[in-house]
Amino acid sequence: MRYLPHTPEEIQEMLGVVGVESLDQLFLSIPPSCRRQSDLNLPEALSEWALDERMDRLAARTAVAPEVKVFLGAGSYDHFIPAAVDALAGRSEFLTAYTPYQPEISQGTLQAIYEYQTLACHLMGTEVATASHYDGATALAEALLMAIRKTDRRRVAVSRLIHPHYRQVVATYLHPAGYEIVELPYRSDGTTDLSAVAGEGDLAAVALQSPNFFGCIEDLAAGAATAHGVGAMLVAGFTEALAYGLLKSPASQGAEIVAGEGQSLGLARSFGGPGLGMLGTRQVHMRSLPGRLVGKTVDQEGRQGFVLTLATREQHIRRERATSNICTNNSHCALRAVMYMAALGKTGFRELAVLNHDKAAYLKQALAAAGHRIPFSRATFNEFVVDFGASFEPVYRRLQEAGIVAGLPLARYYPELEGGYLLCATETASRQDLDRLVKEVSR
Amino acid sequence: MRAPLGTTGLILNEPLLWERGRPGRRGASLPAADVPPSPMDPELCGDGPDFPDLSEVDLVRHFTRLSTWNYGVDTGFYPLGSCTMKYNPKTHERQAALKGFAAAHPLLPAPLCQGALQLIWELERDLAAITGMDAVSLQPAAGAHGELTGMLVIHAHHQHQGHQRSKIIIPDTAHGTNPASAALCGYRPVAVASGPEGVLEPSAIAAVMDEETAGIMVTNPNTLGLFETHIREIAAIVHDKGGLVYADGANLNAVMGIVDMGAIGVDVIHLNLHKTFATPHGGGGPGSGPICVRRRLEPYLPVPRVAKAGERFHLEADRPLSIGRMGAFHGHFGVMVKAYSYIRSMGADGLRRASELAVLNANYVKERLKKDFHLAYDRPCMHECVFSDADQAPFKVTTLDMAKRLMDYGFHPPTIYFPLVVHGAIMIEPTETESKADLDCFVAAMQAIAEEARTEPETVHSAPHRTKVRRLDEVLAARKPCLIG
Amino acid sequence: MKEIDALNLPEDVRYAEDHEWLRPSEDAARIGISDYAQDQLGDIVYVELPAVGRRLTKGEEFGTVESVKAVSSLYMPVGGEVTAVNEQLAEAPELVNTDPYGQGWMIEVKVTDVAEVAALMDRAAYLKALGG
Repeated sequence: MRYLPHTPEEIQEMLGVVGVESLDQLFLSIPPSCRRQSDLNLPEALSEWALDERMDRLAARTAVAPEVKVFLGAGSYDHFIPAAVDALAGRSEFLTAYTPYQPEISQGTLQAIYEYQTLACHLMGTEVATASHYDGATALAEALLMAIRKTDRRRVAVSRLIHPHYRQVVATYLHPAGYEIVELPYRSDGTTDLSAVAGEGDLAAVALQSPNFFGCIEDLAAGAATAHGVGAMLVAGFTEALAYGLLKSPASQGAEIVAGEGQSLGLARSFGGPGLGMLGTRQVHMRSLPGRLVGKTVDQEGRQGFVLTLATREQHIRRERATSNICTNNSHCALRAVMYMAALGKTGFRELAVLNHDKAAYLKQALAAAGHRIPFSRATFNEFVVDFGASFEPVYRRLQEAGIVAGLPLARYYPELEGGYLLCATETASRQDLDRLVKEVSR
Repeated sequence: MRAPLGTTGLILNEPLLWERGRPGRRGASLPAADVPPSPMDPELCGDGPDFPDLSEVDLVRHFTRLSTWNYGVDTGFYPLGSCTMKYNPKTHERQAALKGFAAAHPLLPAPLCQGALQLIWELERDLAAITGMDAVSLQPAAGAHGELTGMLVIHAHHQHQGHQRSKIIIPDTAHGTNPASAALCGYRPVAVASGPEGVLEPSAIAAVMDEETAGIMVTNPNTLGLFETHIREIAAIVHDKGGLVYADGANLNAVMGIVDMGAIGVDVIHLNLHKTFATPHGGGGPGSGPICVRRRLEPYLPVPRVAKAGERFHLEADRPLSIGRMGAFHGHFGVMVKAYSYIRSMGADGLRRASELAVLNANYVKERLKKDFHLAYDRPCMHECVFSDADQAPFKVTTLDMAKRLMDYGFHPPTIYFPLVVHGAIMIEPTETESKADLDCFVAAMQAIAEEARTEPETVHSAPHRTKVRRLDEVLAARKPCLIG
Repeated sequence: MKEIDALNLPEDVRYAEDHEWLRPSEDAARIGISDYAQDQLGDIVYVELPAVGRRLTKGEEFGTVESVKAVSSLYMPVGGEVTAVNEQLAEAPELVNTDPYGQGWMIEVKVTDVAEVAALMDRAAYLKALGG
């Protein structure tokens, strides 16, 4: 095996130093009753080229562009990734390093993550941001647990327009410890109905997502005012980070904690993971943040350098009283994100956001012009809901076979929206693709 | 012996990202706008985030220089105990980057993602075979996340039995994540000390196990690098009172093909694909922390589950006893592709051989260094061995000093000050991918440092000397936190 | 680490087993941690203190003190109501290291039961407890 360097002679020599006669004797401390009786039942080992062949075949059984046109968003977005991001992130000094616990030989990772934290704050409007979490869903769950700790209250209000999967993750995290989740309904314009909040006296947080699962842009400022009115924090979530190239940042509208998914920032969709959980807050709540943080300092000769800091919040020191059990971040994903944000720059990021909005707006208008109902009137970014009617399913299937995925059927998450589909158009969809979609669904 | 690895080289300085560039530069190209502009309501618009504008060259130079300040497995020997820093095969990157995997949308209709579903289904079965367990969930995103998932499964099991419990047994050698994960389920940790041999004594478990205790969290082999020899007896004590045995599989690399976790009484075990299965650590993630369970716990695993009907794969979400969802989609699929590639490249014999050589390497280093460093438990070890700085204490040289000095010799330091039960611990895990020649080089460096501790302790106290930066002021960083620039 | 005879242990305060000190006063007894405690903890980077107005009993946790790699709980040497906290420590936690009995004080309390003050150790008893 090419990863195992030992020659038979070396093995003999080393066994001699250890004082045993065979490799098997190294395991004498394991009682016989604990030993396996048979060999592992696994397929036979593949050579490198045989592996390539097998993986090529598996990969070919998944539908991707350009053969298939996929108009799906819903938490995972198709954005172009510059080759420079792949090349730089692929450098093995980044890829094969461990967590930077030894800062003297980890300054590359540490400075890059410090830069990520900084640009993430610019994006979210927060004063501090963590070095990243697993994904947007777990970041949201951690944000709500943080609000529970800060306010010493046990209930949270969560909009029904937060990504349904994210709400399920929040429930998984909060239920065992007995925290209660109140669900906020939505209004006819496609935004969250906040009217129930005023009657809830003991909420730790109100959680909204903007753009929400229907693609609609929430009024976060109104959400903040409503939450603050009952002494709760506003937790603002997002699944499409690119939207903040165009929209007012969540924290600037009054969100105390911002938690979202950064997959759009240079990460492949990769069947849903790894993603990038982004989490930020105000300076005053810094010590309540879960997860890893990088800080700037100096070395003993006064040179600028970076270290992991505020570790006393974390599990390896505070154990059962830690702010979270998390002990990694998605560091390499954060690295890709900072490279991507820097590659686009302020100018490019804005232009790209505008282009995404324009593409989706074009598709929305074209569908409406073709006679399809757009049920929600609120402004959207790069995805929106269209009502194709209850009899659309056979058309959807036919298009699927013809290489078009015409959005996400919403009825499985919102039974009242039978015939509703969530469509997404990013910069990767050409006008021709959009026109073809409109034509096909209108036949 | 070869020339020492550590030397000085030309290391370039590089400012912070935003100290480069000029407004208006561009490091990425955008597609042409082929649709008419559609103005957004100005009320909703902000100014956009204040990112620096860089050219592609600025970007490439910046991050290339930063990368050279890092030490990775590809740079050299990385004997971090408990972290299994083995070589990360290059073919893994090729496989994960295949368009059919990398560009796959997670919500594709099942007929359009058969390849991805098949890979998950097969990897689950491979991991079940390797551990001797019955069912696997690949949804957890990291080891600690798998541990939390496992604890939630145990919590759900007791809930379903009709009586929730309040405590959980955690040995003193445990990782810090164990109590933190248990606390999220509302379980109070009950600490148990290991015996004089460095392993758990059944009598100590029997003394605390009762019907209010949900179970025990054990790491086996434990964090001292020793196999928990009484594990079967301990499992029986816990099971007798209706409890479950949770195993932290961080150290699975010692026993692939050697120990059947199911047969020794384990009910739930989490694995770390980024340790045992050679996927890169990425500077602290993304990892992947699947959990493997016995048949009776399968109904509690996270949803959705990949299922197979005939030759077709689909996702099943309707499982009423499930703990729910642990992440937005299916877990870290990109990492799974790499672990799958590893297992299929190694095969059964290769995996067993990897464990044998990992244990050989650890015992070799232990034997070669035990004259120079105090060995906490002088017993045959598994895949890692734990020394301490007791022999250097007379010269006031600490574990931290020696760890920093190792950098000057061109090595990444071992894990230090863990496990907590060994004062000044130096925990060395060589892994199987290091050759005898590389181990000899490391041993020589360690011996040279032991000698320096006696003869010129100041050199060791003030190390490292050859790195880009010297020791950093962590007190300043924590007192006056500066987290963004 | 300091040798025991190098410790600064003033006579005008009383000491608790958990190494807090209390300077007796009718309305506002100050509480902090001893020179021994700050020396053991090393460089202190953060001190978390309770809200003014909280009532705590003897032995109850009133806050935490953090060094770079450790967190320690602070326990009430006597029961009482918190009447003031040392706001300066938020910006300058190092005062606990440099001046533990002066500027490094932590909270002021209105003592509930003066008998609890009398039960604390004097310098000689504390020194003995430290093994000196």
